[in-house]
Amino acid sequence: MSDIQSMLSDAITRLLTDYCTKEVVLASEKGVWASDLWTALTEAGVTTALAPEDQGGCGLDLAAALRLAGCAAGFTAPIPLGEHYLACAILAGVGITHSDGPLTIAPSNLRDQLVLKRAGTQWHLTGTARRVPWARHCNGVVVSASFEGKDMVALVVPAGYTVREGANIGGEPRDTLCFDATLPEDAVAPAASGSGRFEQHALGAALRSVQMASVLAHTLDITVQYGQDRVQFGRALTKFQAVQHNLAVLASQSAAGNAAADIALDSLQPGIDFFNIAAAKVRSGEAASIGAGLAHQVHGAIGMTLEYELNLSTRRLWSWRDEFGNEAEWAAYVGRKVAAAGADELWSTITSAGLSNVVSDRSEIGENRT
Amino acid sequence: MKALEFTPPPLSPAAEALRAEVRAFLAETMTPAMRRDKSGTLGGVNPEFSRKMASRGWLGMTWPKQYGGHERSALERYVVLEEMLAAGAPINAHYIADRQSGPLILRFGTEQQRMTLLPRIAGGECYVCIGMSEPGSGSDLASVRTRATETPDGFCINGRKIWTSYVQHSHYILLLCKTGPLDESNRSAGFSQFLVDPKTPGITVTPVLNLSGEHHFNEVVFDDVLVPRDALIGELHNGWQQLSSELALERSGPDRFLAAFKLLREMTRVVGQNPSERAAIEIGRVISHILVLRRMSRSIAGMIESGKGAPALQGAIVKDLGTTLEQELPELARKLFDIEPSPGSDDALEAVLANIIMHAPSFSIRGGTREILRSTIARGLGLR
Repeated sequence: MSDIQSMLSDAITRLLTDYCTKEVVLASEKGVWASDLWTALTEAGVTTALAPEDQGGCGLDLAAALRLAGCAAGFTAPIPLGEHYLACAILAGVGITHSDGPLTIAPSNLRDQLVLKRAGTQWHLTGTARRVPWARHCNGVVVSASFEGKDMVALVVPAGYTVREGANIGGEPRDTLCFDATLPEDAVAPAASGSGRFEQHALGAALRSVQMASVLAHTLDITVQYGQDRVQFGRALTKFQAVQHNLAVLASQSAAGNAAADIALDSLQPGIDFFNIAAAKVRSGEAASIGAGLAHQVHGAIGMTLEYELNLSTRRLWSWRDEFGNEAEWAAYVGRKVAAAGADELWSTITSAGLSNVVSDRSEIGENRT
Repeated sequence: MKALEFTPPPLSPAAEALRAEVRAFLAETMTPAMRRDKSGTLGGVNPEFSRKMASRGWLGMTWPKQYGGHERSALERYVVLEEMLAAGAPINAHYIADRQSGPLILRFGTEQQRMTLLPRIAGGECYVCIGMSEPGSGSDLASVRTRATETPDGFCINGRKIWTSYVQHSHYILLLCKTGPLDESNRSAGFSQFLVDPKTPGITVTPVLNLSGEHHFNEVVFDDVLVPRDALIGELHNGWQQLSSELALERSGPDRFLAAFKLLREMTRVVGQNPSERAAIEIGRVISHILVLRRMSRSIAGMIESGKGAPALQGAIVKDLGTTLEQELPELARKLFDIEPSPGSDDALEAVLANIIMHAPSFSIRGGTREILRSTIARGLGLR
């Protein structure tokens, strides 16, 4: 980790340790926007970290930024830090400038299609995007839209869409946006490499992999701690072999989740490696599923309460594993690629994954999914 | 608590260049009979193949050149190993000697032992099998009772070992013996390791067929077996510590998730190039697991390379995750295909499926049971 990354990571850890109490997180689930936190992170240079240094940022690359977003996820921080980073990176890639965040990205799934038409020297955007992360609290949305069959990127301010509020299991805003926006010339650009529709989808999947790994690691920590603190039959739960073995499996899943997140972060540059991100998302989601279940098992009844902190983590695991493509969607992508290459190339397909890391074939993502 | 550390595997262009060489070798050397061979899951015993690998410098790869080694990196060794396993190459003969017995001798042996044994192992000419388990001692290795008592010229060994795989093909058994007094308060004290020629008088080897009818296992009885002084490897009574480092090596390689790779390849073949959505999802899921396991496994190779030794916690994690995946594969094949497993069938999938079904339970038993691995992981979490 570079010095700048360490510094930002420390800043995040410090700020979130103080700020992200259970009460704050639960309040956010009732609609309270964590504006103090967002402001504090902006003042610490965290939210602007991607921008080049001569524009007031730290010049961080996207992988490093998403790692910071992962760090925030470990605190179940109620802010769209990762989505904001993705939005900023996409805009920077196509030369669209933006003012203050937070920003988010849309659509968040492959079924929703947004359409751009020319309107004189301006553009007109229509369409509906469901389950857009944190949209109601954002100052704008970076959208992927289609113009005459070509992928475009546009920055849309709140006046350009209506918001119907929704939430995921984790109580995080997942809002439905109906777009009816007239956009100036400088808010729209053709998608560059790394910002087309499939690319944005994959970037979201990579972000969720990193977030899940971080929350799962935190879940492991609190579950081990609980097991050591809780005494039954005259000894700590962790003295029982059955519990030890459950924790061992949870730890193994967490380790796999961490490795998957590392794969995802290695798959963003120079081009987006769909194959590796797909594998990462599949494995992270499965790790999250198994891990959440085991964490609850070790905790017993107390873990099922709103009051005890475990649910803040597990509700996010249960949400994020199905966002930006669930395991079935991404596994199908991997499987089609592998099958198409043929059985005799199976081993080569595995060993060459991620080696060249050029822009992989974008086709076949989300095929056959209704 | 820090996240479980699997440091990123270093990039190694040398290792990737080596991969191409190994593939070319395999293309030339693997015969159709070898590709069809389903003996065990390590491709079978083939001394000629072992010698060919040795002549390419692929045994004893990381050992010092003065002992016949090639001073190459752990990552390069890893590449050779995974290519061999994925191809189903017949590497059983030298496998154990190269993986753990040689490193043991390198680390704990006398100079004389290193000079005598290591070049032969690296030359593909010396095969070793593991003599640890006994009828009364499996996971509880500290309960081993085969005893070596000192004599004027060496040691006298009495006892009984079981499961000793491939004795029939081995030049030596690496034998774990009790040499000190029984002490229940210090169960791992008083063990020593010996390198014993199975042809030594007093040794009786009896085959134990496995449930697929193959002869891998044996029972080996030691009846007043006299061995010379220099049969002792390392320090007298230091056997337990020596063995621990050996076990970590045993658990940290790519063999812990590639045992059923032949089955996965045949499943991919039958699924065809335009799979159903269901098949694509299932195959894709398995491949996703393999990509992540491979990363973790290569990370361990990197940790070994950087001199951290073979990490026991990480090795146990990879082995537990890997064997769990391997054991899912036959059941996945049955879910996807209307097929009956058929030993000896001309149909590759039917035959491989039969073979893997019959070996699959052993994946989570051999080299450390799942239960022991999970206890090891729990210990690594500070729970024991």
